[in-house]
Amino acid sequence: MSGAGLQVDACLDCLRRSWLLADLGPFIEVASDDRPGRRTPELLALDDRDLTMAMAPSRAEPILAANRSLGRDEFAAELQSARCWAVCRHDADFPSVLKRDPDGPRCLIGRGDRTLLAEALPTGSVTVVGARRATREGLSFARSLGKDLARSGLVVISGLALGIDGAVHRGALDSGGPGRTVAVLGCGADRAYPGRHRLLHQEIIDHGVVISEMPPGTRPWRWSFPARNRIMAALGGATVVVEARIGSGSLITADLATGSGRDIGAVPGPVGSPLSEGTHELIRDGAALIRDARDVIELLGLPDRPAPTPREAVPADPEAVAVFEAIADGGGSVDPIAERTGMAATEVLSALTRLELEGLVEIWPTGDVTVVPPGRGRGARR
Amino acid sequence: MLARTVSFTIDGTTVRPVEVEVDVCRGLPSFGLVGLPDTALREARERVRAAMENSGYEFPLRRITASLAPADLRKAGPGFDLALAGALATAAGEIPPGRLDRWALVGELGLDGTVRPVRGALAMAEGAREAGLRGVIVAGPNGPEAALAEGVRVQMIDALAELRDVIGDEPPGREAEAAPLEAATGRSGPDLADLRGQPGLRRALEVSAAGAHGLLMVGPPGSGKSLAARRLPSLLPALSREEALEVARIGGICGQFDPAAGRPFRAPHHTVTRAGLVGGGSPPRPGEITLAHRGVLFLDELPEFRRDVLEALREPLEAGRVEISRASGRYSMPAGFMLVAAANPCPCGRGSSDPGCRCTQPAIDRYSGALSGALADRIDMTVTVAQPGFDSMSGPPGEDSATIRERVEPARERMEARLGPGRANGDASREETSRFPVSGDGLALLEEATRSSRLSGRAHDRVLRLAMTLADLAGSHEIGDEEMSVALQLRRREVPG
Repeated sequence: MSGAGLQVDACLDCLRRSWLLADLGPFIEVASDDRPGRRTPELLALDDRDLTMAMAPSRAEPILAANRSLGRDEFAAELQSARCWAVCRHDADFPSVLKRDPDGPRCLIGRGDRTLLAEALPTGSVTVVGARRATREGLSFARSLGKDLARSGLVVISGLALGIDGAVHRGALDSGGPGRTVAVLGCGADRAYPGRHRLLHQEIIDHGVVISEMPPGTRPWRWSFPARNRIMAALGGATVVVEARIGSGSLITADLATGSGRDIGAVPGPVGSPLSEGTHELIRDGAALIRDARDVIELLGLPDRPAPTPREAVPADPEAVAVFEAIADGGGSVDPIAERTGMAATEVLSALTRLELEGLVEIWPTGDVTVVPPGRGRGARR
Repeated sequence: MLARTVSFTIDGTTVRPVEVEVDVCRGLPSFGLVGLPDTALREARERVRAAMENSGYEFPLRRITASLAPADLRKAGPGFDLALAGALATAAGEIPPGRLDRWALVGELGLDGTVRPVRGALAMAEGAREAGLRGVIVAGPNGPEAALAEGVRVQMIDALAELRDVIGDEPPGREAEAAPLEAATGRSGPDLADLRGQPGLRRALEVSAAGAHGLLMVGPPGSGKSLAARRLPSLLPALSREEALEVARIGGICGQFDPAAGRPFRAPHHTVTRAGLVGGGSPPRPGEITLAHRGVLFLDELPEFRRDVLEALREPLEAGRVEISRASGRYSMPAGFMLVAAANPCPCGRGSSDPGCRCTQPAIDRYSGALSGALADRIDMTVTVAQPGFDSMSGPPGEDSATIRERVEPARERMEARLGPGRANGDASREETSRFPVSGDGLALLEEATRSSRLSGRAHDRVLRLAMTLADLAGSHEIGDEEMSVALQLRRREVPG
């Protein structure tokens, strides 16, 4: 398709759909108050007219008329000022998995490397989601999973939310490739939401891609997260849930993925932890149990994919080894480690820096130290 | 007949001389007081009348007008009683004229004529010196405090009757002897030897004391955070005589004169108001941060403090003074303190290594990590305080404060030689920090950490400041890789965004 500048390849009707969703935002917000939003994907399967009539019966005609009057120049101007591109389901770049899904988005607006959409999806990609209010162990695991998946060349998809999502993106970015990361947003792709992920948003734009079904500048609505989840679920070759409470949005993503014929993986956690009840339920219902990146690769059915090389299990110098063993014996902070190893504080502190730089331990803002979850390659540590 | 004496009013942390004039003339008996007196001062008339009559003076049954000059300065407190009685007794002819007018009179009167102490005696004695007076006459209990001022005479009286005992040029009362200030220039507060084990916490305290780095302690209740914080003043370099005088003067003004206390340690409760913390009220009175001047301000349960109260610390933390603007003028009070804060590791208080803790990481971040902007720049270090194990608790006492101070003082001297008197690495600017040499290994380590941990510019500077202090403690002129790797651990970590 030709258009004003290289940003806009989408056809007018598809673009209008996105802008219509933005206009209907507040109406859908009121009408579809069915948290956690199981109905939203069904709603969005309606065509423009039906959706508008259903959501805003009294204002349907003016909304539709205004929407129809939007032309290529308006779209181009808005996209350009937000530095976004747009592709629709009639483009070659549009992810083929989404093309096959009649209820999926008609148009994707994004920032970053758009070739990533056509290139790696759907077989070489995986969606990883989880709780916003996650545990330390969950966050740590999500980060190393994202890293290992990207290292073995997979495209890692997540939703830029706080907690697990952010950790997954962060891990994928830290891997340095070859796999990259895709963030699917519920607001406009140019908006960094949540605000705490502003830097992460920018880094994903620089090294991966951020996409959304909504026009640039659209604010997040409650309903736009389940809408976003259906895109994530369809994009990934499989969906892995790291931590989830019962009834949480992550489980809806898993449901939607099942609906799109994708495999589900779930990461187990401590028995009784409310943040693992959701994933335990998934496993009971038949989801694959995920211990590390290799389990995910197996789930995707990619036997010839190079397995992530396990990290060097043990640091080189004996002091660091002693400190590492002490942390593995029960975590803690400097004083308990010093007590267990009999080392001086200065030695412990400098050993911790070495371990941290080698990526073997994680040090939290409160000063607690935890061991980065080991891959299976490290089982024979003792 | 007219008579004059001098007294002082407290204005923030300074005192201002106030001239007390009393005129006794014919007319209906009355006692008028002019010159912006507050309630306590207005009531002085009744106290002065009763005290004079009960001390054997004749209270003139004539028209009495007392004026406090300068007239536009608001005067507060009962400390003018003695000056009013002195001027009135002179005006009434009970005391020969001219005997008291080169002396400052400071004291509250009881109805029986006893002279009671007031706040700020040291500052007032110094004020008398500045005003070129011969000396100050105070209540007995104020004597040792006031006598700390050099170059000015301090006389103590216990009863108003003694004021009459003026023989020739000699002032009434006994000469006061200065309180011993030596203790203040020595050790401050309890000793760190009480802290057994916990080497990481000890190391952090030593570095914090050496470089005046703000410190955040995170640990479950009962792990020794308050115990450690209370012992931090004992690690700081001893006060000089001038500094000890300054501390004593501020303490006196706030009614907390303790010449032997050494460096102050203030631990306001988390319900403290903004005015209580930084000073305020009308007329403004010093707050906790001024009382903590040259010492330690300890904010226990930091997350419980109101955010706007903490925000008020921003300016004092930067300037080392607190400025309060009022319609009546600007008040500037010293507030150069070291900031130490403590927090539980998570909202439930157990800490995530306890299996009973179900707090999520964001909840933990919000609770213990998220510092308001004002404090974020000033807290360089975090240390996790863990419940000490049995072996440490039953072990021998730790190194005592004096031994540690022998390492801290030379380190502080090196900082002052480099940055200027009274400065420390904790308040070094980026430019001053960048002048400190770093070894190749140290630099490589910092570079790697900056890349892999995505250190912000501020975090980078923080690590360098801490590494400088570690080098100063080691007596090294260069930051080596050990200093750098320890500094990277001691630094306060920001909650990832």
